[in-house]
Amino acid sequence: MDALDLARWQFGITTVYHFLFVPLTISLAFIVAGFQTAWFRTGNDKYLKLTRFYGELFLINFAMGVVTGIVQEFQFGMNWSNYSRFVGDIFGAPLAIEGLLAFFLESTFLGLWIFGWDKLPRRIHLACIWIVAVATALSAYIILAANAWMQQPVGFAVNASAGRAELKDIIAVLTNPTVLWAFPHVIAGAFMTGGAFVLGVAVWRLLRRAEDATAPFRTAARVGAVALLIGGLFVVVSGDQLGKHITTDQPMKLAAAENLRTTQASAPFSVFTLWDLSGKQIVSIEIPDVLSILATNNPNGTVQGIDNLQAQFQQQYGPGDYSPIVPVTFWSFRLMIGAGTLAALAALWFLWRMRKGGVPGRGAVAIAIGLPLLPLAANSFAWLFTEMGRQPWIVYGQQLTSAAVSPNIGMLEVGITVVGFTLLYGVLAIVEVGLLAKRIREPLEAVPVAADSTDRPVPFAY
Amino acid sequence: MLHDIWFLLIAVLWVGYFVLEGFDFGVGILLPFIGRNDGERRTLIAAIGPVWDGNEVWLLVAGGATFAAFPRWYATLFSGFYLALFLILVALILRGVAFEYHSKRDSASWRGAWDWAIFVGSALPALLWGVAFANIVAGVPVNSSGDFTGNLLTLINPFGLLGGVVTLCLFITHGATYLSLKTEGELRARANAVVLWAGLVAAVAAVLFLGWTQIQSFVAGSAIASVAAALALLAALAANRLRREGWAFICTALTIAIAVVALFSHLYPNVMPSSTNAAYNLTVSNASSTDYTLTIMTVVAVIFTPLVLLYQGWTYWVFRKRVSGDRVAASH
Repeated sequence: MDALDLARWQFGITTVYHFLFVPLTISLAFIVAGFQTAWFRTGNDKYLKLTRFYGELFLINFAMGVVTGIVQEFQFGMNWSNYSRFVGDIFGAPLAIEGLLAFFLESTFLGLWIFGWDKLPRRIHLACIWIVAVATALSAYIILAANAWMQQPVGFAVNASAGRAELKDIIAVLTNPTVLWAFPHVIAGAFMTGGAFVLGVAVWRLLRRAEDATAPFRTAARVGAVALLIGGLFVVVSGDQLGKHITTDQPMKLAAAENLRTTQASAPFSVFTLWDLSGKQIVSIEIPDVLSILATNNPNGTVQGIDNLQAQFQQQYGPGDYSPIVPVTFWSFRLMIGAGTLAALAALWFLWRMRKGGVPGRGAVAIAIGLPLLPLAANSFAWLFTEMGRQPWIVYGQQLTSAAVSPNIGMLEVGITVVGFTLLYGVLAIVEVGLLAKRIREPLEAVPVAADSTDRPVPFAY
Repeated sequence: MLHDIWFLLIAVLWVGYFVLEGFDFGVGILLPFIGRNDGERRTLIAAIGPVWDGNEVWLLVAGGATFAAFPRWYATLFSGFYLALFLILVALILRGVAFEYHSKRDSASWRGAWDWAIFVGSALPALLWGVAFANIVAGVPVNSSGDFTGNLLTLINPFGLLGGVVTLCLFITHGATYLSLKTEGELRARANAVVLWAGLVAAVAAVLFLGWTQIQSFVAGSAIASVAAALALLAALAANRLRREGWAFICTALTIAIAVVALFSHLYPNVMPSSTNAAYNLTVSNASSTDYTLTIMTVVAVIFTPLVLLYQGWTYWVFRKRVSGDRVAASH
């Protein structure tokens, strides 16, 4: 373990943690905006209650996304100064633009939404939450374009004398093929997450607070299940395209997803594989041709293997190990798919059990609580796969992660910040989950109903 | 040419950040002193509730814009001031969560803990930003490859600490002025009283600091700005005595804005002077991005900055009324 390893752990911990809140923020903003629109259109009290209820859960989550996002803006410079010097001409602009276009919109209009219930006309107040929702999606696109450039550098030239990559074509960076597929993939994954959350909470309320009026949460459960399933559908379609894209663009990542050692046609996909310590397979459940179909749309298609690519990269880039840690890529890829599939199946099951006024059995409480964790886990595994699968590169083919770290940050300094952030984040996670649980248990009626009469208290005010 | 414009724009972003989040910091620091019971403290928090998050985004944009326009500056500064920035980040995280979670449980110990988080989370960055900027202006050890070679203790020097005291006192004055403008009755009276003594301490510290800066090396434009900042602060105190709170707030905002301008004009054309060897100075030209990138950034900034100012300004208009203690207290 050296400072480089610690810096990588820090990026992994802070980024995966940040991304627990991001997908919920994106999808809940849209879902809450949907509830409020339904209330605005129909005047049905049920939708106002749902807006308030899920709106408050959204805010508890949003706060964590905001504060953990500040670290993201700073840590490239703190731990990865040589990366910042090398890519700043290209990578910095999206970060600045994300702040100027999206963060200002999000934060300002969220403030207006929280405090504006009795100060703004209803139509304007509704527009505020929609602006927040659109801004979260805009922010996702811009930062994914920055990440896409690390996966597939485009629109640039390396200036060797200046020791940096220089931007030549901003449009190419913003329409990078990788972001065009990664964006729908991430947004769809976000809707799976928010859908699972809304569904899980609604089912819990229906089962554990049976004395409540059930109409609002029956609606919420349906909305959540449908969001999860539609999200799931788009996740599959976009994920398939993304997979085919990395086959040509980052073949090592695809090979590492399967642990395919040698290049072969009609490559199988292993659902489950165990290796012994020497790397020899002990058991493996394989489905013939499926990897070739996933990668190339053709059951006879050729998929490049790790060893062949390694030899090729050594010729191209000189001696070194150009393969990622295979067990990590192999299992994160499968756990991503597995967790997402389970979540979709659970949503189908709930929809089935709740058709025609039905209610799932008491045993479903455990499923309702576990359900939101599945897409959250799938998101985390997906990022682990994407980022770990790119290693040893920080910018694919252009800069090695080992060359990107801050040269003047020692073990002690990075150790202090790793431990500090991890402890702080751990404590905040407990606080946040506690608050969510408290709010979920509280009766709907606890929230003041009359929104726009001036003599009532502000619903979300501090 | 373009990199000069971007140096100016970075200065503008820091002006925006310190003017706006400056009063948020001040309110946070004054929370346990002006707010004597839970209801009062909630009123104080409500005074910045709708705007603090939008104000903090100025920091994110300043950071992002520095990364985009001056990558070598961003890399050297953020890796160099490593532990100081870590403390600032921890403070900002705690403070942000504290604002949002403060009233989510009806328990005195819960609220008391978040009150402290708001206080520490406001005081620490208010102090450390001053320390950081004083050190940037004075110069820090930077080697030929642009890496900072000191540590956290390098930044803790008399000039740096005085800079910290200046920002701390200025933000307290600015925050108290904001509260005098946004609250009523007892709270308003207490805020007005704070403006005077905090303002006087800030004035003495600021004159010493800006004078010391000019003694280190005299820069005419920066010196004129320093004097203007001092005059604006005195005008703020005078306006406060006359209970012209709106004018007082404009003047404290101007004080902070002009002081930031004084520091940046003192820095120019360096962005991070090296105390090791002047040949290693990071400058607007050797630390900047390519003209192509700067052009794109300029277009984006020219279109969107006025829009941001417009809708942020509108927010302040929507929430222009004073917050009254009763209404907030009634919501629980």
